[in-house]
Amino acid sequence: MADLSDRHLLGIEGLASEEITLILDTAESMVEIGQREIKKVPTLRGKTVVNFFYEPSTRTRSSFEIAEKRLSADIVNFSASGSSVSKGETLLDTARTLEAMEPNFIVIRHGASGAARFLADRCRASIINAGDGMHEHPTQALLDAFTMRRHKKKLAGLNVAIVGDITHSRVARSNAYLLTTMGARVTFCGPATMIPPHVECLGARVESRMEKALEGVDVIMMLRIQRERQSRLALPSLREYTRLYGLDRRRLNLAHPEALIMHPGPINRGVEIADDVADDPRSVILEQVANGVAIRMAVLYLLARNWDAHEAA
Amino acid sequence: MTATPRVLMDAGKMDRTLARMAAEIRERESDTLAVVGIRTRGVHLAARLRDKLQRIDDRQVDFGILDINLYRDDLSMVADHPVLRKTEISFPVSGRRLVLVDDVLYTGRTIRAALDALTDLGRPTAIQLAVLVDRGLREVPIQPDFIGMAVPTQADQHVRVLVREEDGVDRVELGERVLPKREKP
Repeated sequence: MADLSDRHLLGIEGLASEEITLILDTAESMVEIGQREIKKVPTLRGKTVVNFFYEPSTRTRSSFEIAEKRLSADIVNFSASGSSVSKGETLLDTARTLEAMEPNFIVIRHGASGAARFLADRCRASIINAGDGMHEHPTQALLDAFTMRRHKKKLAGLNVAIVGDITHSRVARSNAYLLTTMGARVTFCGPATMIPPHVECLGARVESRMEKALEGVDVIMMLRIQRERQSRLALPSLREYTRLYGLDRRRLNLAHPEALIMHPGPINRGVEIADDVADDPRSVILEQVANGVAIRMAVLYLLARNWDAHEAA
Repeated sequence: MTATPRVLMDAGKMDRTLARMAAEIRERESDTLAVVGIRTRGVHLAARLRDKLQRIDDRQVDFGILDINLYRDDLSMVADHPVLRKTEISFPVSGRRLVLVDDVLYTGRTIRAALDALTDLGRPTAIQLAVLVDRGLREVPIQPDFIGMAVPTQADQHVRVLVREEDGVDRVELGERVLPKREKP
């Protein structure tokens, strides 16, 4: 297979393993461009990308932006604060306004689950979901898988523990879809109040005790505790969370000796991850960031080919 | 379906042709020479030219692989998208005399894309073009420096270069109808 079946990337759910492999393989070639003296290819010349970020985001937005620039696209950034959104415009009206500018891609980050699908149903542009509510964050899962594959050679058979607030995490959801599709085994771990009901339909095992969840795993993925939303957090106190679910040296030793330590960032040192663990040689947190650019280049490139094919047809 | 394609070159003739091309390449300045193949079949032809050049001089000739997919001007038009693969040129191209190798020269668009790709990597002192088959019908002003065989063709014909590394056999065929896209832009 050399093409994606859809012209949007709205989520990992529904992607075939061949499509995931295609994106990861294409990203391998994109890494090479990042190592050149001139880190730019003309592939998306004359194409316009709107980066439409309703929620604050530094790393995802800048990662998309670098990817777009390396492919020579023209970029328009659009964020909720200081735009028409804060003046009360609805998502639909904003979508129509954006559409009138005839972008080729809209990269959207939004607090509402399903926002990317909403745009995809109403716009001619290819939509890339950069995180929608509690639903999915597909490029994050892809860059996580890419990072795992580069270290562990293949995804099938890997044991991956994902620890934290699973209920509110689109990263956990996208990762579960991706990893189970590729034949890895996923274990979710967190306080019962942070595990959603019917979680088994994501194909993951649930373990409430962290010591048990980490036993012999190849990858530990820690999720961020969203301290800014502490009022909404189902937690008695951060200290208790750290005591029960923080990744420290002692717990790390339960995992496979060469286990990877991952985190989508930004990390809360001393909360979900101990200081020395975050800086452990097995931590690939910064590599995840670097790989994000290659993955987003791959997604843009593969969708652009589809977009053009649809135009020509 | 169409009539059996006409064989323009068999394995023996292909090898003799490449040997002659290597000799011609060797005749020009060779201190800074490096050979770069265009994916997919150009790579195998380039590797054979490199081997022959190394035998002539008994010294190392640098070798690189170019993937031009990110430089194409027809992202849209090709029905059958190849998988993007890595460009692998491990030596600095600046100051080198590069011989770019492809299997068939047709519209010239692949070569135009390859020139863009190469110049993004540095400033070679010269870029020359070696092709096994020049079938004419150029759409951009590009001419080869080293030609294995020139064959006048019609647009509705197709020229296929088969190499043993990919196809199990060394052969060049001329057929009467365009097969599922193998011709380059």
